[in-house]
Amino acid sequence: MNAKILKRAPVSQQRQIIDKDSKADIGNIVEIEINGKDFKVPLGVTILEACRSNGIHIPTLCYHEDLCIAGVCRICVVEVEGMKTLQASCAYPITNRINVWTSSEKVRKARRHILDLLLSEHYGQCYTCHRNNNCELQTLAKEYGVDFFRYGHIQERRYSVDRSSFAVIRDMDKCVLCKRCVRTCIDLQEVGVLEATYRGDRTKISTFMDKPLADVICINCGQCINRCPTAALKANDPSDEIWEAIDNPEKHVIIQTAPSPRASIGEEFGLPPGHSMTGELNTALRMIGFDRVFDTNFSADLTIMEEGTELLLRLKKKLVDKDDNIKLPQFTSCSPGWIKYIEHFYPDYLDYLSTCKSPQQMFGAILKTFYAELHNIDPANIVTVALMPCSAKKFECNRPEMRSSGYKDIDYGLTTREMAQMIKEAGLNLPELPKSNFDDPFGEASGAGLIFGATGGVMEAALRTVYELVTGRQVPFQNLNIEVCRGFEGIKEASILLTEVKPEWSFLEGLELKFIIAHGTANAKKVMEMLIRGELDDYHFVEIMACPGGCIGGGGQPIPTSPEIRKKRAEAIYKEEMELSVRKSHENPHIKFIYEKFLTDGPCGHISHKLLHTHYVRRGRYID
Amino acid sequence: MPIINGTVLFNKENHGDGLKKALELKPQEIIMEIRESGLKGRGGAGFPTGTKWMLAAAAISEKKFVICNADEGEPGTFKDRVLLDEYTRLVFEGMIIAGYAIGASKGYVYLRGEYRYLLNKLKSEIDKMYSENQLGNNILGSNFHFDIEIRLGSGAYVCGEESALIESLEGHRGEPRNRPPYPVNTGFMGYPTIVNNVETFAAVPVIIFKGAEWFEKIGTDRSKGTKLISVSGDCEKPGVYEVPFGTTINEMLEMVAAKDTKAVQIGGASGICVPKSEFGRNISFEDVSTGGSIIIFNKDRDMLQVLKNFMEFFVEESCGQCTPCRIGNIKLLEGVQMIERGECSMSYLKELIELGKTMQIASKCGLGQSSPNPFIAIMTHFENEIFTQW
Repeated sequence: MNAKILKRAPVSQQRQIIDKDSKADIGNIVEIEINGKDFKVPLGVTILEACRSNGIHIPTLCYHEDLCIAGVCRICVVEVEGMKTLQASCAYPITNRINVWTSSEKVRKARRHILDLLLSEHYGQCYTCHRNNNCELQTLAKEYGVDFFRYGHIQERRYSVDRSSFAVIRDMDKCVLCKRCVRTCIDLQEVGVLEATYRGDRTKISTFMDKPLADVICINCGQCINRCPTAALKANDPSDEIWEAIDNPEKHVIIQTAPSPRASIGEEFGLPPGHSMTGELNTALRMIGFDRVFDTNFSADLTIMEEGTELLLRLKKKLVDKDDNIKLPQFTSCSPGWIKYIEHFYPDYLDYLSTCKSPQQMFGAILKTFYAELHNIDPANIVTVALMPCSAKKFECNRPEMRSSGYKDIDYGLTTREMAQMIKEAGLNLPELPKSNFDDPFGEASGAGLIFGATGGVMEAALRTVYELVTGRQVPFQNLNIEVCRGFEGIKEASILLTEVKPEWSFLEGLELKFIIAHGTANAKKVMEMLIRGELDDYHFVEIMACPGGCIGGGGQPIPTSPEIRKKRAEAIYKEEMELSVRKSHENPHIKFIYEKFLTDGPCGHISHKLLHTHYVRRGRYID
Repeated sequence: MPIINGTVLFNKENHGDGLKKALELKPQEIIMEIRESGLKGRGGAGFPTGTKWMLAAAAISEKKFVICNADEGEPGTFKDRVLLDEYTRLVFEGMIIAGYAIGASKGYVYLRGEYRYLLNKLKSEIDKMYSENQLGNNILGSNFHFDIEIRLGSGAYVCGEESALIESLEGHRGEPRNRPPYPVNTGFMGYPTIVNNVETFAAVPVIIFKGAEWFEKIGTDRSKGTKLISVSGDCEKPGVYEVPFGTTINEMLEMVAAKDTKAVQIGGASGICVPKSEFGRNISFEDVSTGGSIIIFNKDRDMLQVLKNFMEFFVEESCGQCTPCRIGNIKLLEGVQMIERGECSMSYLKELIELGKTMQIASKCGLGQSSPNPFIAIMTHFENEIFTQW
């Protein structure tokens, strides 16, 4: 029964996997009895896994599919015959024949007591809570028929709410100390901003020295929000300001919508994961009162043009001009969580980042310059809203660098959850709405922009364009689907051979373009360590997304999240992409138009450098 | 502090060359000897030491560790302090023998933070043992290598729980781990590890020197040998006593000259409160089990205050990890305070006792599993006394 430690969470919370070659091993299958019935389960699975895979419900709170085991809430306790105490089913690996009772008197009583205890210290009331109807504690209370506070109910706040961050608000009075956020931050994302401090009844999840979240190395990825069972963590919601702008007739309110929210917002309206709502969402946004509804995919195409060109220029400078100051591989810069991560953890490697702004910010800069000019609107009266799957976008749009239009390029970043709330508040039932298209001129986008939503999407989109620019031919993959870029493996590596290139790119003839795709900052960390060890010297392009699964798993997406849900959302995106007529960024007619009319000196030219590119901040790990 | 001449540890005639003798045996022979002696863990849980060692010895691993749990934090318990102070060599010898038996070459003493004053003494004893070739390479010509390092705790009671101790030793927040897997398989830094109490280790060289058969004759059927008991509270002769298992509470009280005793708390705050009517019970794993302490309360003591003191301790010392212990203890303490103010209904008291029972079976570690003990015991045995106060 040797256990292997898989992650670097606090050891007490590491998932411990029992070796398959254990002596108690009987052909890798163990026969156990659950509630008086026999089951055969694989050796080493936990009681919880065994029960769930056999349709037996056990309530959980601290358990989360994406995270290592904690075994702290104790709500999942079960009775194992012969043991004096109840066992946390999420943490108990089955290695021999046991008899389990999942809802005996002792078990039910204990669970009810545990719930009563949690509720006694859970400050607040459900109807003033944004997680009302989507709260795991509330669901449990209902499941166990809690109709009074057996051990009282806390009447006063113990902690103040931390609203310092642009992205994440922490209300520790609603915390049930399940430590999912701690495990998310330390173990899943390997950032390590949150940890339990003090002990006993005073235990509290804190940042370093209990500083405000804005003053620590939080990357704003919001993965903790997605996994919080209650409302202890939430995104910083700008919807009141947005309503105000909509209601103000002098304001021209523009919303751009990113690809991922479309694939997930249906979940907020009761649809199963994997339903794309692009057309319905457009209708809803107009009905709410946005003056223009644009597609972020347009600026994703723009990003591909800029970022692809930047890559080719770097290659030229490196290979032809032999400029050793040029850093390769080039890292993508679309994910603001990743940007803040590298600024904090690898500030010496910022030169590897593409200088391109993210699609969200590029769009903002274009809207308050080119678009304002084109339609003769005072940019001061334009309010730009970005519907994003992301909490870090809220931070990004507030970065001081992001004002190249002379105004705040993007005024508000809005998450999928907040958007759904606004739609509901407007009295609309999204799935029932008719479909409609985006507005011109920035409504038409290629499928390449759409697939930005899933990990590997930026790489796939970039390859479609770069390969064709260089060789004059389509990427040699069936239906343009570059399958090696897809899927949820933590780090994917592949290469594509450039042959028979156009004369102007002759220096790339025979080059094997090598690239890496990683998602989740834990994987980003591994890639950065590879870079530091010099293992990426012959690589050219790296795509990194801060969130597991890419944007579809972003910190602004509907709750809950799980590998299965993220897979469904990605499938929805790829499916929708196949139905689009234009699937390469450089073939988007509006992209051609903007380079003809506005960014007249071409990709990576002077104008685009001013508006569409940015610089980064050496933040480091230590903040005053 | 009187230390009564005991039959095993406190009798210096028994302190022979157990270490030398052990190193001449095969590791399996040592484990067999310990198993046959019937030695059980002296920390309180009473897990058979030989079995623990056997499990660790059977684990296949490049590294293994021996940890001496000297985080003696149980209120009223101070017998390990005496052992460490006056019988240091015995403890270290026990650790070396354990290392030899399970195949470990490194031992840690996890010393309670409040025992820092012992640190220099322990260190100089270790240095002396190195110079005498009882530690380090090729111990006493046996080709066996063993090192001992002392690490200080920082004052958390929960770190006396073996898995929390290991967490703390690794430099983390002292929080108990999920079990299984147990430390004998996955312990310090993920390697097989045995954690034994100071007193357990101290008994080992004596057992090896005098033989399992000799040791096995002392005590009761299921509790072999002697137990060190720290006696405090209302008596004339508090101190550390070594008594054979099977000694009754009455005998103990007589030995320490306690008068008008109303109740005794055995095994510290998390132990058992025994009222006068049950003083005929004896100290053994099968009857009143203890990690080594008796706190004596005479007729003048207010049992509600005693309980309040204990509950305040647990509220302070719960690691805060699991729900039953983190919130349950505070609810019990609040209950005591309500009783004090005359505000606790009998039905709420019943709810609290039920809660205590849940804590006993649903908490993650021994702390929460035993912290309701005094509440339940005192509320059961002294209900009349408590509720006739006002």
